[in-house]
Amino acid sequence: MAELRALVAVKRVIDFAVKIRVKPDKTGVVTDGVKHSMNPFCEIAVEEAVRLKEKKLVKEVIAVSCGPVQCQETIRTALAMGADRGIHVEVPAAEADRVGPLQVARVLAKLAEREKVDLVLLGKQAIDDDCNQTGQMTAGLLDWPQGTFASQVTLEGAKLKVEREIDGGLETLRLKLPAVVTTDLRLNEPRYATLPNIMKAKKKKIEVIKASDLGVDLSSKLTVVSVEDPPQRTAGVKVETTEDLVAKLKEVGRI
Amino acid sequence: MSRCGLFLRRAAAAGRACRALVAFTASRRPLRTSPQSRAFAKELCLGKIEKNGVFPFPEVSQDELNEINQLVKPVEKFFIEEVDPQKIDREGKIPDDTLEKLKSLGLFGMQIPEEYGGLGLSNTMYARLGETISLDGSITVTLTGHQAIGLKGIILVGTEEQKAKYLPKLASGEHIAAFCLTEPGSGSDAASIQTRATLSEDKKHYILNGCKVWITNGGLASIFTVFARTEVADSDGSVKDKITAFIVERDFGGITNGKPEDKLGLRGSNTCEVHFENTKVPIQNVLGEVGGGFKLAMNILNSGRFSMGSIVAGMIKKLIELTAEYACTRKQFNRKLSEFGLIQEKFALMAQKAYVMESMAYLTAGMLDQPGVPDCSIEAAMVKVFSSEGAWQCVSEALQILGGLGYMTDYPYERMLRDARILLIFEGTNEILRLFIALTGLRHAGRILTGKMNELKWGNVGVAMGIIGQKLRDALCQTVNMGLTGKLGLVHPSLEDSATKLEQNVYYFGRTVESLLHRFGKSIVDEQLVLKRVANILINMYGMTAVLSRASRSIRTGLRDHDQEILLANMFCVEAYFQNLFSLSQLEKNAPENLDKQTKKIAQQILEKRAYICAHPLDRMS
Repeated sequence: MAELRALVAVKRVIDFAVKIRVKPDKTGVVTDGVKHSMNPFCEIAVEEAVRLKEKKLVKEVIAVSCGPVQCQETIRTALAMGADRGIHVEVPAAEADRVGPLQVARVLAKLAEREKVDLVLLGKQAIDDDCNQTGQMTAGLLDWPQGTFASQVTLEGAKLKVEREIDGGLETLRLKLPAVVTTDLRLNEPRYATLPNIMKAKKKKIEVIKASDLGVDLSSKLTVVSVEDPPQRTAGVKVETTEDLVAKLKEVGRI
Repeated sequence: MSRCGLFLRRAAAAGRACRALVAFTASRRPLRTSPQSRAFAKELCLGKIEKNGVFPFPEVSQDELNEINQLVKPVEKFFIEEVDPQKIDREGKIPDDTLEKLKSLGLFGMQIPEEYGGLGLSNTMYARLGETISLDGSITVTLTGHQAIGLKGIILVGTEEQKAKYLPKLASGEHIAAFCLTEPGSGSDAASIQTRATLSEDKKHYILNGCKVWITNGGLASIFTVFARTEVADSDGSVKDKITAFIVERDFGGITNGKPEDKLGLRGSNTCEVHFENTKVPIQNVLGEVGGGFKLAMNILNSGRFSMGSIVAGMIKKLIELTAEYACTRKQFNRKLSEFGLIQEKFALMAQKAYVMESMAYLTAGMLDQPGVPDCSIEAAMVKVFSSEGAWQCVSEALQILGGLGYMTDYPYERMLRDARILLIFEGTNEILRLFIALTGLRHAGRILTGKMNELKWGNVGVAMGIIGQKLRDALCQTVNMGLTGKLGLVHPSLEDSATKLEQNVYYFGRTVESLLHRFGKSIVDEQLVLKRVANILINMYGMTAVLSRASRSIRTGLRDHDQEILLANMFCVEAYFQNLFSLSQLEKNAPENLDKQTKKIAQQILEKRAYICAHPLDRMS
């Protein structure tokens, strides 16, 4: 049965516990010397892939990341959690800011074809840009079915049953493989990469390639105009009656 | 000045006449057969800075650094998300599933070689992980009690069979280890232990009898490193009582535990009495040589000591974060606490202590990671003394920043204070370690100086010239240059002033040591108040060297925020310099700053009556 191969995409982001500070020139946030880790939703994706491998439903798990050389740390964490090998699509640090969901989706699509995988797993969104687009775009480029916001994934023969968390409740889909799945919070609880596994993962391979090797164009039509702190919250105003409330709202031009 | 002139003329004449002699003695110079020792602290006692071991500051390769950072991440994550230090302290135990997770993370075998299932970490990597586990004191001491001392003997001197038999299960945490040396009557005086191991009639077992006290992990352990007296036949046929180390399994029988001790701090860690009653230990379980137990015990304790520096530094860095949050938000007198000088001073203190501790700890770890078996026992002891006292001071100041809140059990400060108090006591009390530091250094200096005196008697002109030159320099008050500053200096120019201060201290200290040995001779062993000052000066100087070395490297390699490093390094060096000057002046003959005689007299009078003896202020002559 275990002939399936999975590709898991992981992103290196600023650690969720860090207090973000905007750079004085407003071009972005301070990343120098700041603690980074694997995007929490990507961890869930890696965990799911490794669990499928442990259940002998998936034969090989490949971890991939796009970005500067530090991404290899993130790939190593995925390897320590149980992925078999890694691919680092190297992007020089200066250009890394312009690599967004569309560019990554192009890379993942090409890799999925090159590696002949049956399943592409990603986190639903990254905690730095909150785009929630990469998985969907990848499926679109590959013309594969997609199950996003997955809270449960079950393999049924050549089909994948995906339970999705949507606004109204839970939706269950059956996807024909190959497919793209993006993971949501309640899918699983990722394991710790134990120190002995980190040591063992040192022997696993990470292939380093460039986007151009895959024939992918990383150019973007988007530019960041400015990054600013949200406005400071000011005190609210208390009113006595509903009429006062409506009058006040009209006053500030909200209605 | 005329005396100088006479001196000069005499010296010149001697030089001219003895150049031939110098050539003669040079050809008779003995061959150097021993390897160059990294005797940094010992050389300080001779007024020299042994630069090889301490400059440049030890570095790890980028690969190693990546590996260390990788290893730290999951441990940090685990401690932040799943360890509740308050609960561990309140309930007096580490939850079973926390212990299991620590085992599966691999934290029970950090320094056990990989071939036996451990992580085989270097001292530097081990020190780095120490910073992360310091988030909970009880867990830290459970882990270090197990591996830094409990099983370390097997790694250091165990036979292949012993290693293969015991290390794998110790690495996975299936078995926990404990170090059994202390007895009710033998604490600091470890050599006086009374536990006895007698060889059985069939010479296949030792029968172990005795009582060990305050054993960390005593109730959890299944493998004990036990130190006991054995009869050893000397080479000349006489029978002596010497200490031997044994690997004892709980399954050998006859081992009982007392109840867990109710402690001030580290309440989650298990500490209890361990009793051995006719426990049969197979002779294959002798650890190291029969009779070599005391030396092994000292080696074991020395090898783990340096990590206290990084463990405490990790804790203080966390403290700074916690208290800064508070100081920057809390307002009194309509201003934030962080704007007040007295509060700012506390942060500067914590940052400085953490900086010095880190520098000393990683310098020592780097020295220990050098090939060969370097003897860094004095340096490790210095790290331990500085860190334990720094910890106590910093936690106290942090608690003070919080004011009344710091005193409440809802906040972690009182627990951290209680946990930190033991640091000055266990692993060698700071009093004993100060004596050890001072005496080892002085003994080395004494040996070299006596050697020099003998050479002088034999007509070694090189030595004579050296001594004359030194006296000349003293008389002319020339500045000292030991190669730290200047164009080819090892220290970066922005630290030049501090480096010069260190060189001056070292030189003055070397002369003081000579004068002390001259004044006291062998009886210096009993002059504890003198030895205390010698140790304090040595610790300060090691600290100064460590920060100068580290800061120089940070500036030269362009690490971020090195301006703060320059500030911290210079600030510490200036403070230490003046502290040293005061101690050195107290060590001079008949120094008015020295109140030792009075101290001893007061103590004598009190201890005679075992009470405070002065009349009450309200008393009258009736």
